[in-house]
Amino acid sequence: MELPAKTFRVTRADLVRYAGASGDFNPIHWSDRTATKVGLPGVIAHGMFTMALVGRAVTEWAGAPDAVVDYGVRFTRPVVVPDDDQGTEIEVTAVVREVTEDGLTRLDVTATCLGEKVLSQARATVRTAR
Amino acid sequence: MSLDPSFVGRSYPPTAPYQVGREKIREFATAIGATDPAHHDPEAARVLGHPDVVAPPTFPVVITMAASRQIIEDPALGVDYSRVVHGDQRFAYTRPVVAGDELVCVNTVEDITSRAGHGFLTTRTDVSTAAGEPVVTVWSKIVVRGEG
Repeated sequence: MELPAKTFRVTRADLVRYAGASGDFNPIHWSDRTATKVGLPGVIAHGMFTMALVGRAVTEWAGAPDAVVDYGVRFTRPVVVPDDDQGTEIEVTAVVREVTEDGLTRLDVTATCLGEKVLSQARATVRTAR
Repeated sequence: MSLDPSFVGRSYPPTAPYQVGREKIREFATAIGATDPAHHDPEAARVLGHPDVVAPPTFPVVITMAASRQIIEDPALGVDYSRVVHGDQRFAYTRPVVAGDELVCVNTVEDITSRAGHGFLTTRTDVSTAAGEPVVTVWSKIVVRGEG
């Protein structure tokens, strides 16, 4: 079963806010000068910010903010965030891989930016909604 | 960048307890656009059976990233942080983190490999309350990119 897709807009302001809230002040997430110096096309989103947005999708699908029991991803491609008002967009989809008898639902999640996968092996286990 | 494989299995001393604040959870939830009332309103969290506001699933990284400096900055291991890229991340929860938790991290080096000149370091952080109740186990794999 495929779950309804969710999209998340990501702007530079979001990255600054996430840096402050998470304590991850790596300059590749706010300075084009630093990002290009290390070979990136420009400022990129924190991998953990992408993972957090995908986590939001998962909890929304699960229907409960405390339903996630296991959640893992591999970061495969950076999410480049241009310095404009539109930023970029991450699209998240998932399929239900398994519903277990002990009340767990396993999801295979896909996150893309500009049509390219930014995560692989993204899997979440949530408590099945009652 | 080659990392010393003899570090595999090494555990570090427990970190000083981290006090999970209600406002920190609200701030983190706001930063990721998580509007569910249980992240913001203690009453809404209590309806779900929690003593106070519930942290979003990736919130523990706030604590474990700081705690993992024990390993990343261990001069004996010698990770060059300017060459570090985040590879994998996983959380396995015993229960969600809630405001009021006092959390202690124990870091363990779980795996070290080298491939194509890059070093791969997998750490496991066991997060429990100061009283010893397990809360969440966090795995993080970083890639230390080779020179050139």
